[in-house]
Amino acid sequence: MKAVSLFVSLLLAAGSLAASAEAGLRVEQAWARPTPPGAKVGGVYMQIHSAGIADRLLSASSPAAAAVELHAHVIDGGVASMRALPGIDLPADAVVELKPGGLHLMLIGLKAPLKPGQKLPLKLRFAKAGAKAVVAEVGEPAANASANRTPASHAEHAGH
Amino acid sequence: MLKFLLALIVFGILAGSIARMFVPKERRAPRMQFRKLFQQLAGVLLVVSLGVVVAHWFWNRPAPSELQTAGNASAAGAPSFKASDITGASFGRGFALTDHTGQKRSLADFRGKVVLLFFGYTQCPDVCPTAMQRFQETMKLLGPQAARVQVLFVTLDPERDSRELLAQYVPWFDKSFLGLSGSPDETAAVAKEFRVFYAKRKSDGALGYTLDHWAGAYAFDAAGRLRLYLPPELSAADLASDVRQLLATAG
Repeated sequence: MKAVSLFVSLLLAAGSLAASAEAGLRVEQAWARPTPPGAKVGGVYMQIHSAGIADRLLSASSPAAAAVELHAHVIDGGVASMRALPGIDLPADAVVELKPGGLHLMLIGLKAPLKPGQKLPLKLRFAKAGAKAVVAEVGEPAANASANRTPASHAEHAGH
Repeated sequence: MLKFLLALIVFGILAGSIARMFVPKERRAPRMQFRKLFQQLAGVLLVVSLGVVVAHWFWNRPAPSELQTAGNASAAGAPSFKASDITGASFGRGFALTDHTGQKRSLADFRGKVVLLFFGYTQCPDVCPTAMQRFQETMKLLGPQAARVQVLFVTLDPERDSRELLAQYVPWFDKSFLGLSGSPDETAAVAKEFRVFYAKRKSDGALGYTLDHWAGAYAFDAAGRLRLYLPPELSAADLASDVRQLLATAG
């Protein structure tokens, strides 16, 4: 009897641990811009909700592109530049937003232009949470309008 | 800085007057001497204040390279723009490039239309598509007036952005948009004329290189005069409003 209850409680504990790890890191509102013909690159944006533990996005891949890189976008004093990142830190209990004008996943070597309404499969690799499959919607979400304002606040800080 | 000094001076005078009240009458310096001292002090303060004012002005005078001239030579009744008014700028006089159909183009070709000039490259995943999208939205907001607007996309990456590539990329945003390109030397020349910074940034990954580049744009009125600097964060609605003003006032 004792063994059974011990076993059951262990199972429950393991289950809840696994559940909490699963419920931990969430990727939401993944979207990508439709790309013009001729452009072999595209940007993918999303919100990453971390849970109790800090994590780090290490890499990503997609069957739609030859490679996916992590990039930070900076507009400083009117000049735009992009920097490839080895990883994106995700503090515990925080939301890290990848959005136009800021952090983004860059699809490189697109096999075909992204069309509005298309579903873009991605695999994200996190240091702790492991691999996660995500599907990004191709289109311009309504949130994009405010997201585009980000360079403004950055430009205002330029010049120091 | 100036405000601080002024406050210090006022405080000093106040403190001095208050402190004086606490000094017993006998101990106070005779009136005549105090007046002389006060005059001397006032003289010193005046000189110091003047010095501070001059230094402040000298330190903060506008740099000649500043594009965004606050309070420029706008006479009363001049239009007020949401973008930066750079009317009268001595640079950005024109260009001589080839469009994506192979035709040679210069600024004069577009006389009679408001020209929106943007500098970018096709392998730019964020800034350039965003800007082009914004121009597209502006055209929609302008309605029938859009026929009097010409959007031009000058590539800063002639090595990768062939004419064929531009022909695919640029009209995708709007059929009327034109891509412009030149040789690397011609590109450097037009970038210099328009004070557009651009530089290759080596990328370890699959890209080879990306371009750091100035993300703003320019607007010319229908007479071919450079009028506005369009910052990257300018909304389509604001741009449409400015374009309408340019269309209304230009000859």
